[in-house]
Amino acid sequence: MPIPDTVPVLGISWGDVLFLVLAAVMLGSALLVVTLRDIIRCGLAMIVAFGALAGIYVLLGAPLVAAAQVLVYIGAIAVLILFAVMLTQAKNAPARLVFQAQALPAAIAAIVLAVMIGLTASATDWGAATKRIATGTDALARLMFNAYVLPFEVVSVLLLMAVIGGIYLARREGREA
Amino acid sequence: MSQSLDAYLAVSGILFAIGTFGFLARRNAISMLMSIELMLNAVNLTIVSFGAFIPALNGTASVIALMVMAVAAAEATVGLAIVMAIYRNRRTPLVDEYDAMRQ
Repeated sequence: MPIPDTVPVLGISWGDVLFLVLAAVMLGSALLVVTLRDIIRCGLAMIVAFGALAGIYVLLGAPLVAAAQVLVYIGAIAVLILFAVMLTQAKNAPARLVFQAQALPAAIAAIVLAVMIGLTASATDWGAATKRIATGTDALARLMFNAYVLPFEVVSVLLLMAVIGGIYLARREGREA
Repeated sequence: MSQSLDAYLAVSGILFAIGTFGFLARRNAISMLMSIELMLNAVNLTIVSFGAFIPALNGTASVIALMVMAVAAAEATVGLAIVMAIYRNRRTPLVDEYDAMRQ
């Protein structure tokens, strides 16, 4: 049975429905990340936000970026952050005072920032196409390993430096590594 | 809606603002690092959506987004190591109790 072009009841296209659902899940869980009291739950909500963002990348026609999002953010960064949470949160940590005293001004500033970005982005003529263009993985690989091979190597050196620096910083003082 | 650049830019603007709020308002150092990751993700979403809608940027945007991810991984590694090192000395993850330079 062929799938109809638009969603049967709502009358809008499948892409729009997917975009709305993914954007709502991502923004909702991002709000949970910054407002929940329990920091482990913050980390889990962050994983949900990263996963929904990977879905948006697929919708934008960038499958390699979506795969890297899942591997790097969910697989590496989120796990790293959860490890750090488990190593630094004491049982008797204060759970009541999650926010600084400046939370209300920060909220106002963030809302103003969002409105400003939205107005500026919609008022500017970006010269955008009216249809999405997918990025093929083979074309991306050709670009990355021909024109951008030097930045690629520089990034690998940067990652090596970060790993060595991380080990050095996290090493306990007064004991040979 | 999913075929217009403005919708993606609006979503990433809201995500960036949420990250800004978290960075300014949370007391826990690791929560602040999570908020930085949210802001980096918002920037990445902007880059990828420009690449999907502006033909001249099509492949380049994905390359830039992958580079941003690698730099974000490096930043998370070093940032969390710094938080662990401070935690070993001060026994607290709350940034408003790191006041050694104020005394």
